This record gives sequence, structure tokens and C-alpha cells, in this order.
Amino acid sequence: MAQYQNIITPIQVSGPAEEGMPLPRGDSPRTGEPFFVRLFGMIGNAQIGPIYLGYLGTLSLVFGFIGFEIIGLNMLASVGWDPIEFVRQLFWLGLEPPAAKYGLTVLPPLAEGGWWLIAGFFLTLSILLWWVRVYRRARQLEMGTHVAWAFAAAIWLFLVLGFIRPLLMGNFSEAVPFGIFPHLDWTAAFSIRYGNLYYNPFHCLSIVFLYGSVLLFAMHGATILAVGKYGGERELEQITDRGTASERAALFWRWTMGFNATMESVHRWAWWFAILTPLTGGIGILLTGTVVDNWYLWGVNHGLVSPLPDLWPNVVDPAQ
Amino acid sequence: MKLWLPFAASAGALLAVASFVGAGWDAPPVASEQLGFRGTGMFQHKDIETEAALKAANVVPPAPWQADPSGDKASDLYQNVQVLGHLSGDQFNQLMAAMTEWVSPEAGCNYCHNPENLASDEVYQKVVARRMIQMTQTINVDWKSHVAETGVTCYTCHRGKGVPAQVWSSSLEPKPAGNMTSNRNGQNVVAVNAGNSSLPQNALMDYLLGDKPIRVHANTALPTGVNTVGTMETEGTWSLMMHMSESLGVNCTACHNTRAFNDWDQSPPQRVTAWHGIKLARHLNVTYMEGLTPVFPANRKGPEGDVLKIGCATCHNGVQKPLYGVSMLKDYVDAVAVKGSTDVPDFSTYVPGKTEVLGGAATSVTQP
Repeated sequence: MAQYQNIITPIQVSGPAEEGMPLPRGDSPRTGEPFFVRLFGMIGNAQIGPIYLGYLGTLSLVFGFIGFEIIGLNMLASVGWDPIEFVRQLFWLGLEPPAAKYGLTVLPPLAEGGWWLIAGFFLTLSILLWWVRVYRRARQLEMGTHVAWAFAAAIWLFLVLGFIRPLLMGNFSEAVPFGIFPHLDWTAAFSIRYGNLYYNPFHCLSIVFLYGSVLLFAMHGATILAVGKYGGERELEQITDRGTASERAALFWRWTMGFNATMESVHRWAWWFAILTPLTGGIGILLTGTVVDNWYLWGVNHGLVSPLPDLWPNVVDPAQ
Repeated sequence: MKLWLPFAASAGALLAVASFVGAGWDAPPVASEQLGFRGTGMFQHKDIETEAALKAANVVPPAPWQADPSGDKASDLYQNVQVLGHLSGDQFNQLMAAMTEWVSPEAGCNYCHNPENLASDEVYQKVVARRMIQMTQTINVDWKSHVAETGVTCYTCHRGKGVPAQVWSSSLEPKPAGNMTSNRNGQNVVAVNAGNSSLPQNALMDYLLGDKPIRVHANTALPTGVNTVGTMETEGTWSLMMHMSESLGVNCTACHNTRAFNDWDQSPPQRVTAWHGIKLARHLNVTYMEGLTPVFPANRKGPEGDVLKIGCATCHNGVQKPLYGVSMLKDYVDAVAVKGSTDVPDFSTYVPGKTEVLGGAATSVTQP
């Protein structure tokens, strides 16, 4: 009997590959001969492929590759085409947006941010096409489009950071650079410049939903694994036909915290928490610099800031 | 057949080992000192081993002897004494002996002097040293806002080396390929002067030589259109702050309540001292170091050909109060705690090996 309490799935069912339902006329065929990987079977489905690419998926990958190459080659050029420095400093390297003086110029000089705009254009195109693909594949399988809308929430944050907010601010220098450390530095510099995002209520909400998502994911995953020996992994069947696994899981949470989600509603909880993380975060970013210039002072005005005793009354701004 | 398992295990083990030994962590124990009100996270954390090493490396050397202030003046005894002429002969020689220990303990007097003619300015180090004495006097007299009564001597920076260990110059390497490829906006490589971050690598040129505005915050909750600086400028300021933090071995909270970096009302007094320190470093670089550019040979300049400059680390050397706040001034009060002549010669006329006397504009050369 299958055991699901383990880190990996110890018993794998093998049989003929699942080809999937036939596609309607006009759709390109699925690509690749399906095969099985036992290693993947330990953490998911052992069957790999066939994959459906279609023109949306293909174009998305092509545009994504173009954006990735523009970023990577500019990083390589930024250390004088030196492959050793490229590897050594890879996490430091980046591609910066144009300076504020270029405003919303569609194409500033390539060396001074033009490439950033081009890379951003192709990446955005790639992501949007991938979104359409996710939506279309879901409809094709006659599923709901929940995955697509969850993805759209993430795209909202991406577009706010790199496009919508810079448009409102009047220049692209406010956008996020590409690169590992550069984008992290941007994040902290952004918070410092606009008076501490800690006091941005939408940032607070986003963190609540982010940590809440983590908590919900852990609670749900743990609950299902814990009732795995009673068939608890067959969650959806148990929505309509509650078995002992579902009963025990529900009882466990009612005992421990007085309330329990159901096999169905826990997924709505998780979906909304996940969606609301970038949704509220994006709103918080959008308001920063456009309608609020210093979140700390805004927090002072709105009772968010706890007053502190003046430990150093003699300290005054020496420039005044 | 299951080769992946040992491979994966080895890779994981290597990564774990590398992250422990390669990342330069401060191993515990760490000493923490509370700096601000409880709940504000204002702590100074010090790695105890690092602190012990710093303590051992930052010890004040004793004076060579106690100088006698009486007797004939140095200007009467020696030729070409332009700045220290007011000292007694004994004070003058005591400072010369101390400077030898501070700056050139191995090369000795000849590091600056032609042994055949000690009065001659033909060795460029002597011209630099004279200007540096003027600089030290200026710091001790005019910049008490930063150095207080502790003051500085040559040793504060030099520590037995001709060139202080912690100096900086224009930092542009590795250079971008140019043409139409991204110029990377002066950042996004390892910034040696900004704590090895990817922040702007040459920010010290903007703030400790130039006087680009450091303040980036808006002073109103809502936008008024007054403050036009953005995130990019903030990264420049942050780069400078990383330099200060690394130079002094302190966290942001040594000077700031980080919930409102810009708010002076919540800042410890150290921030005021640091504010004067920034102005001081800028003044020294603009007035003293840049002016000496024609005197320094190429091998004493940075890779971009600019003169080596002073940053916070030059004096502080990783310690919040240089030499742990121990003053060396009491043994050299007349030499470096008062100003001698402040005349500045025309350094562009200097010819190493030839110029015997490089006098200040108002100095009538070699008057005894």
C-alpha cells in the first residue's frame, strides 16, 4: 500500500504513458515521445511529456530567450567581455534602466538603458504570451482558469514595478534593474528613498498574505500528509464524499483551534492568499512616490508610528 | 547504477562546507551592545575574535622621548624649515624621530631626505610630508567637530607605512566593453569601497571629493515636487554609507534609527560627528590630496591616474574611534596641535631630484 507520509513517494505505479485527450483541429500536436523517470516519480509524476507548445508557447520561449540573451550579453559586456569576471561577479552584474534625464523616451541610447527597455519589452511580451497560453490550455482541458488569474496577479506586480509606476513617475530610472544583487539593492534603496516601506499599509497587507500563504500551505500540506494513510490525498473526492481522512483532518483542526476549513474551502483560502500577495504588493508599490513620498511621515500622520522617548535631545541637524 | 546519489551527496556536502568556510562569516560568540531605545533594533554587534585582533592592531606607539620646548627655534638651527620653524630644536628632532617610526621605520630618514643635504626638497616624499604636516595641524585645530580633543597624528593613518593601507582612488575596473553595450551606470560589479556590494563602485568620488547631495529623503509625507532624487541616487548615498560602516566596523544603527534614516531627532550623536567627518574627508581630498597630484610619481597614484585619497577607513581602520580613542597629541602639542605656516607652494613647478626648495607663495625661501 502506498505511503504518503514520507518525503518522497516510495511506490510508483507504472503503466502505459498517458497521452492526454485528443486535441481539436487547428491545434498543433503535442511534442515528444513520453517517457518515465523514476527520480521524478519520487517527487511528482514519473511521466515526462508530451508537451504542448503551440505557437503561443514557442513565441513566448523565443521572446523570453531574446530578453535573457540581451541581459546576459550586456552583463558580459559590462565586464569587458571577460568570461572569468563574468562568472566571478555573476551575482553582482546587472542591466540598469535609463537615467531619469531620459524620462519616458521610448529608446534612449543603448548603452545608457536602451537595452534595458528592449529586454523588458521582450520579457513582458514573453510573459503575456505565456499567460494567454496558460489560459488557453486550461480552457482546452475544460478546466477553470484559476491558474491563469493567479499568474495574472504576479504579472500585475511585475508590470507595476517595471512599467506602470515608472510611467506615472515620468521616467524609467525608477524601474527595477535586471540582475541578482542589483535588483535586491534596488529593493532596499527604494524603501530607503521613500521613507521605509515598513509603514506602507499595502506592504503590510502583502506581507500578511505572503506569510499567510506559507502558513496555509504548511497547514494544508501537513494535514493531507497526516491523513494520507486513510486516503486523504484524494481531496476532491472527499469534498462530496467525506471519508474518515477528511473527518479526522477536520476534527483535528476543530479540536486545536475551534474552526476548520473544508477540503474545498482550504484551496480557496490558499488561492486568495497567494493572489492577494502580489495584488496588494503592487498597489503598495504603485502608491510609492506617486501619491506618498515618505511612508514614515505618512505613518506619523496616520498613527502607525510608535512615539519614542527622545534619547538624544541635543542632536540637531548640523546643516541647519 | 544509482550514481546520482553519491554525486548529489558530495555536491551538497561541498556546498555546505563552502558556505561555512568560504563566506567569511563571523563565528560566534558575538558581543552585542544596545545603542538605542528598546525595540528599535539599535545594537552594535562585534565579533569577539575580530575585536581582539583589532585591539592588538590599534595600539598607540610611545613617543621617542619627552621633548624640551626651550632652546633655539628650529628655524634658527636648520635650513628650509617652512612649517615647523616655531618648534624648539629638541621638539623638532623629536617629531622627526617619531615621524620616521610612524611613516618609514625601515627606510628611515632617507625616505624623505637626501642624506647629503637634509634641507633639500629634492625627494618628493619630503614635499608631501610637509603638506601632510600642514594637513594634520589643520585637522587638529579646525576640525575639532570631528576629532575633538583626541586629534590625529601621522600615525593615525600611516601605521608604519609610507602610504596608509586604507586609501582609495577612482575605481572603474573592470571596464565595460563600451560602444553600444550597457555602460552599467557605474555599478553592478564588486564595489570594493562599498563593502563588496553591487552598489555604485565610485561613489566616494561623488561624495568625498565632489559634494553631490547625500540626502535623498522627502521631508513631507506626500509628494510636493521639491525632491526629485530617485532610487538611483539613493544607491549612491547607500554606497557611501557602506563605506562608512565598513570603515568604522559599525552597523547603520551606530548613527541612525533605521525606521527613519533621515530623522535627526532620533539619531545618536555619533551621526553629527560622522556628518562633520564627511565634510572633513572631502576638505582634505580637495585641499590637500588633489593639490599634491603633480608631486606624486605615477606608481603612487591610482589605476586611473588620480591621486590616492582619504576615506573614513584611512584613519579609522575598522575601529569606531581610531586607535580606540587614545590621543597621541599630548607628546606633540606644539608640533601638530597648532598651525604653522599655511602657505601652499605651487606644486606644478616641482621637479623631483632637482627642486632644492619648494617654498610657499608667501614664503621667502630658506630664511633662517
